[in-house]
Amino acid sequence: MFKKLSQKVQVGVLAICSLATSITVILIIIFLFSEGISFLGMKPTEEGYVLAVNTKNNLNSISPELCKKVFDQEVDNWSQLGEKDMPIELVNSDQIATLYSEEAIGSEMEYLDTCYNDYVSKHVGVFAVMPKNYVTSKFKGRVVEVQENSIASFVRGREWFPTAKPIAQFGILPLLMGTLIVSLGAILIALPLGLACAIYMSEIAKKRRRKIMKPLVELLAGIPSVVYGFFGLIVIVPLIQTLFHLDVGETALAGSIILGIMALPTIITISEDALRNVPNAMREASLAMGATKWQTIYKVVIPYASSGITTATVLGIGRAIGETMAVLMVTGNAANVTLNYLKPVRTIPATIAAELGEAPSGGIHFKALFALGCILFLITMSINLYVNFVSKRRGVK
Amino acid sequence: MIQIKNVNFYYKDFHALTDITMQIPDKAVTAFIGPSGCGKSTLLRLINRMNDLIDGTRLTGNILVEGQDIYDKKVEVEELRKKVGMVFQKPNPFPKSIFENVAYGLRVQGMKNETEIKDRVEDAIKKAALWSEVERILNNNATNLSGGQQQRLCIARCLAVEPHVILMDEPASALDPISTAKIEELVLDLKSKYTIVIVTHNMQQALRISDHTAFFYLGELVEYNTTHDIFHNPAQEKTKNYVTGQFG
Repeated sequence: MFKKLSQKVQVGVLAICSLATSITVILIIIFLFSEGISFLGMKPTEEGYVLAVNTKNNLNSISPELCKKVFDQEVDNWSQLGEKDMPIELVNSDQIATLYSEEAIGSEMEYLDTCYNDYVSKHVGVFAVMPKNYVTSKFKGRVVEVQENSIASFVRGREWFPTAKPIAQFGILPLLMGTLIVSLGAILIALPLGLACAIYMSEIAKKRRRKIMKPLVELLAGIPSVVYGFFGLIVIVPLIQTLFHLDVGETALAGSIILGIMALPTIITISEDALRNVPNAMREASLAMGATKWQTIYKVVIPYASSGITTATVLGIGRAIGETMAVLMVTGNAANVTLNYLKPVRTIPATIAAELGEAPSGGIHFKALFALGCILFLITMSINLYVNFVSKRRGVK
Repeated sequence: MIQIKNVNFYYKDFHALTDITMQIPDKAVTAFIGPSGCGKSTLLRLINRMNDLIDGTRLTGNILVEGQDIYDKKVEVEELRKKVGMVFQKPNPFPKSIFENVAYGLRVQGMKNETEIKDRVEDAIKKAALWSEVERILNNNATNLSGGQQQRLCIARCLAVEPHVILMDEPASALDPISTAKIEELVLDLKSKYTIVIVTHNMQQALRISDHTAFFYLGELVEYNTTHDIFHNPAQEKTKNYVTGQFG
C-alpha cells in the first residue's frame, strides 16, 4: 500500500517537473512573440508629436525611412516625394519661435499653436513637426500619417537608429547582415581548423595524446564568453588594428575570430564523434585495396561521417549566431550595412544586450528589441530543425 | 608462392603465433582451419600487413610474397596490398554506388581514364559472378544489396585491382547457405588465376574448395598437407580429433 503510494508520488513529481519545463519554454516563446509582434503596427514618431503640411499638399502618409531623409535634408524637394516641384521647408517649435515675435508667441509660449496654424496655412512647402495637442478643429493644416512599422519596413530598412527624433529608424538589415557575416566568418575559420583537429584526434593521434587533447578541447567550451571577449579586446583587436593599419581594430573580423574559437569545441567534439563512429571495416576495406592512409581518410572516412560533420557545422553556426557578450565587446557595434570584414558591425544579440537598459519599458524601442529577439529565435530554431532533419537522415542510413 | 619462415607474432605480451613455417603454392586454394583464437586469422592478416594497424604488435621471422620479404623496410605497404587483396568476414561495401565501390581501388591508384575504369569495373563484376544481378543498378547504393551480393561485390572490388593473391577471412560466415554456395563456386572459379588463402570455421567448406589445408591450434601450425590427407589421413591425433568434430 505504502509502496504503491510512494511510486505514484514519484511518477507525479517527475511528470510535474517535465510539465513545468515545457510550460516555461512555451511561456517564454509566447512572451517573446507577444511583445515582439506588438511592435508591428506602432508608429515610430516621437511620443506626443505629429507631422503636418499645408492643405494644398496632397501628401497623406510617409514611410519612416523617407521621413528621416527629409529631416536629414537628403530629400529637400517635394518632387522627390511625388508632389509639386518646390523646396521642403522644415519647421519645428524652435524655428517657429524665431520666426514670430515674442508677443505673438506669448511670454510662456501659450500662443505657439496659433503661430503654427498661421505658418502652416500660409506656406505651401512647409513640413512641420508639432505637438499633438495643437491639432484641434481650428487647425488649418493637414496631419501627415507616418506609416506603421511593418515586417517589410523592419526587414528591409537599412538604418537602425531607435532614438532618432522625431522619427526613429527600425531597419534590421544592418543588424541581420552584421550577425550573418560575423557568423559566416566564424564558421569559415572554425570549420577547417576544427575538422583538421577532429581528424587528427580520431585518425592519427595515439591514444595517449588523444586522452590529453580531448579534455582540453572540452575545457575550451567551459570558458565564460566574457573571458573570450576580454581576450579578443586585449589581443585580437589591437593585432587587427596594426596588421591592417586601421583606425579601430573592433571589426567584424575580430568578432569572427573570437566566435570561431568559441565554436571550435562544438565542431571538434561532434565531428570527432562522427569520425570515430565510422566502422573500422570501412578503413580496412580501403587500406586492403592499397589506398594510403590519407586516401582512406578523404575518400572513405570523411564522406561516411559527412552528416555528422554537417551537424557539427550547423550547431557551430548556431552557437555563433546566438553569442552575445564576446561579440558585443569586439565588433565595434556600429550598425553598418557592409560586407567588409574590416569595418565595425553590430549583431542582433549585441544590440539587444546593449540597448535594453536604455529603452523605456513598453515603448516602441523596447518592443523593437523584442522583435529582434523573435528574429533571432526564428533563425536559431530553423538551424535546430535543420540539424534534426540531417541527423534523422543519418539514422536512416 | 608465399613463404612463411619462422614467424612469431605477439600482441603486447600475448604470443599469438609460434614459429610458423609453411609455403603456400600459387594458383591453388589453401585453407586455414582451427578453433577460435588459434591464430589463423592473425596469420592471414600478416600476409598483407593488415596487423600493422594494431598498436603494440611485434613480429619476428620472415614472410615472402613472390620472393620479396614484405616486412622489409624498402617495401611500400600500399604496393603490397595491391598485390595481395583481402575479403573480410563481414561484407563491408562503402556507402557509395555499386560502380564506385568497384572503381575505388582503381581511383586510389590514380587511374583517370573513365572508359578504362568502366571496362575494368565491368570485368571485375563479371569475374565475381555478379554482373547479371547488378548490370542495371550500377548507380544504386551498394548497401541496398543483399548480404551475399554485398560479399560478391567486395570480391569484385578486390579483383578490380588485379591482385595476385586473395586473402579471404571467413568470407561466407555471415551468409545464408545459398549465398555461401555461390561464394564457394566463385572461389573454385578464381583459383585458376589467383592464389587464394581462405580462413574458415566450416570444415566442410575447407574440404569442398581447398587443395591444401593447414590446421592451427593455440598459435601453432599442427599439420599442413593436402586437403585430402588432412581430412582422410591426418598424421596428428589433434588434427584427427578436430576434423572429426571431437573438439572445436
